[in-house]
Amino acid sequence: MFEGLSDRLDRSFKILKGHGSITEINVAESVKEIRKALIEADVSYKIAKDFTSRVKAKALGSDVLNAIKPGELMVKIVHDELAELMGGEQVGINTKGDPAVILIAGLQGSGKTTFSAKLANYLKSKKGQQVMLVAGDVYRPAAINQLKVLGEQIGAEVYTEEDSKNPVQIAKNAVKRAKEYGKNIVIVDTAGRLAVDEEMMTEISNIKKAINPQEILFVVDSMTGQDAVNTAKAFNDLLNFDGVVLTKLDGDTRGGAALTIRSVVEKPIKFVGIGEKMDALDLFHPSRMADRILGMGDIVSLVEKAQEQFDEEEARKLQKKIAKNQFNFNDFMKQIQQIKKMGNVKDLMGMIPGMSKAIKDVDIDDDAFKGIEAIIQSMTPEERENPKLLNGSRRKRIANGAGSNIQEVNRLIKQFAETSKMMKMMTGGGGRKMANMMNAMKRR
Amino acid sequence: MGLFSVFSKKKQKEDLEKGIDKTKQSVFAKLSKAVAGKSKVDDEVLDNLEEALVTSDVGVHTTLKIIDRIEARVAKDKYLGIQELNTMLKEEIVDLLEENNSGDGADFDIPENKKPYVIMVVGVNGVGKTTTIGKLAYNFKNVGKSVVLGAADTFRAAAVDQLTIWAERVGVPIVSQGMNADPASVAYDTLRSAIAKNTDVVIIDTAGRLHNKINLMNELSKISRVMQKLIPDAPHEILLVLDASTGQNAIEQAKQFIAATEVNALALTKLDGTAKGGVVIGVSDQFKIPVKYIGVGEKMEHLQIFDRKEFVNSLFD
Ligand SMILES: Nc1nc2c(ncn2[C@@H]2O[C@H](COP(=O)(O)OP(=O)(O)OP(=O)(O)O)[C@@H](O)[C@H]2O)c(=O)[nH]1
Ligand SMILES: [Mg+2]
Repeated sequence: MFEGLSDRLDRSFKILKGHGSITEINVAESVKEIRKALIEADVSYKIAKDFTSRVKAKALGSDVLNAIKPGELMVKIVHDELAELMGGEQVGINTKGDPAVILIAGLQGSGKTTFSAKLANYLKSKKGQQVMLVAGDVYRPAAINQLKVLGEQIGAEVYTEEDSKNPVQIAKNAVKRAKEYGKNIVIVDTAGRLAVDEEMMTEISNIKKAINPQEILFVVDSMTGQDAVNTAKAFNDLLNFDGVVLTKLDGDTRGGAALTIRSVVEKPIKFVGIGEKMDALDLFHPSRMADRILGMGDIVSLVEKAQEQFDEEEARKLQKKIAKNQFNFNDFMKQIQQIKKMGNVKDLMGMIPGMSKAIKDVDIDDDAFKGIEAIIQSMTPEERENPKLLNGSRRKRIANGAGSNIQEVNRLIKQFAETSKMMKMMTGGGGRKMANMMNAMKRR
Repeated sequence: MGLFSVFSKKKQKEDLEKGIDKTKQSVFAKLSKAVAGKSKVDDEVLDNLEEALVTSDVGVHTTLKIIDRIEARVAKDKYLGIQELNTMLKEEIVDLLEENNSGDGADFDIPENKKPYVIMVVGVNGVGKTTTIGKLAYNFKNVGKSVVLGAADTFRAAAVDQLTIWAERVGVPIVSQGMNADPASVAYDTLRSAIAKNTDVVIIDTAGRLHNKINLMNELSKISRVMQKLIPDAPHEILLVLDASTGQNAIEQAKQFIAATEVNALALTKLDGTAKGGVVIGVSDQFKIPVKYIGVGEKMEHLQIFDRKEFVNSLFD
């Protein structure tokens, strides 16, 4: 859907290539492209405008006009500025209190209940806390039950008052109960509400007054568009919340709302939701979010995710091999097994810059590797060790053995060569080179 | 009955207007400010037009398209006043909304020879699928149709309970196999029950899913296929629910759901908030799929048949 910012900027600077030097007009042109990119990423119109005028000033004040690669320098300026805006470092939540009370607020369907349970799970399993969840959504059908089911899944107690329609009282009672039971954290889920719904906004304000939470988290759908400005501001004006939770980031949204909200309320984004499972919760990484909004992919996450799966020893060995050009089919096979363990392949591929578009229409499912595995398994150990051996007749034999055909085998070998090249770049040159390579692949 | 229905119609209309009012005010206020005292579309007017459209989530692409069209017309017609600009703008946006949007036909009509009429409701997580189903059931029932709901969201915690409560609230039957059952099998059962009981309308709830998850998208195709064993042209309507507060990602959602399931109708929910839902203009234009319903609240009465003229009129009149 979106063109990466790098591509756009390259284009806007290309015009001047023939002219020898870059003019202010070119900078203005590229600033326009940046603005467009931000707006397409759902950054608020006004904030995108403010942001780009700052970038323009910086660009003109820096050496962009004389840079050899103005596009790249511009991307760097934009990225750094954005990353800074997203917040320098991670900010945790305040869990001090007896008990610490965490109030969850947000629009309908933003993902409050799921997040409440994920947070409980995180505090319980990673921080060893005694957590109590409170079912404060008395309106949406089966909302209480939803929290009960999730609470059961993660083994956390859920406080409910099935017959009460008074969330203020429920929250109060829950905190009292938590104290009696020696829980040190209480997470209060609430009904979704619109910022313009006065009655409901008054209600949540009353909940706040009644339980005096240590931490109020505003939960927002990462796919939110221009409305993020209004909603975040209204909730913050009323509640003065402590942090933001960005949900459904496992989708393919650029997530410009994150920038909007940061700029409007100046509160840190503390967590991101990245899936429907209870452990699909991550801390917020400002710089990665900047990359994402700019359409520069999420290389860091990908690498980290990969790292989680590799044991270090293995990784070091592999790195050596890659450096020495000794990456072989055994390693390739191992990689495939790792990737399979990492989860949905298409999601992972989507994190690579330029790839999300390239693979959009490609059907990658869990069986995607079946054919590949069959082919590799039909190779002799020597062939796996030393791919150079794979001449025409060997390829034919392998194709027969794998119940495949020669084209498939050829394609795999080519793919293997590309992967090795890519691996080398990842360990050597870093993201930019990789991005270029991916773009080259895409065009083919 | 007569009195009540008149009353509820009026009430519905108020709800709709309440929902759209905020959209109207901001776009219109900005525009009239931009054109105040001017007789030509100059850069400032265009900038303001751009701002008005973009802040309504219309998106860069569609906004440029609208502006291009207006510029082309101005180049031809030369003179332009405020009134003309408004009319033009309206016309261009109406044009972009798919022609065959319903609105003039009778409310909650179903095509002949399609009994049961099968509606499958799809969309990403939390957009309002289940609520929209409750509202649809209520409306179909109100016009005298028999309805059965199929609880094929067997994944999200308490999803079956949620739909069950809606079924009770509206007073229509529901077919379910509990949580974690095979959704395709639930849909199949629902159709079988509808056929046996000669029911008019079947509405299948599905679990929310992000459109970039291939496996989950494939599951939707499977649900359709399994239903086709009983009714070859089912589901007759695949209703994609979009949340008005969603930004440009809605385009991608539409694209992927269409690729997986032959979506042929859209519902736009949560228009009672401050979100404008302008992205549907682009969605409708790009994929030629009509917006059929809008959601303007959480109660069962809070569903409206979408009318593109009325929608655009309410934006700019
Ligand atoms: N204000 C308002 N809220 C709505 C509207 N439609 C749905 N909602 C609310 O949005 C929330 C989510 O609605 P659901 O119907 O559960 O959404 P869903 O798409 O079925 O969600 P999942 O099944 O979890 O993916 C609920 O709190 C609804 O009450 C609407 O038109 N206006
Ligand atoms: Mg649902």
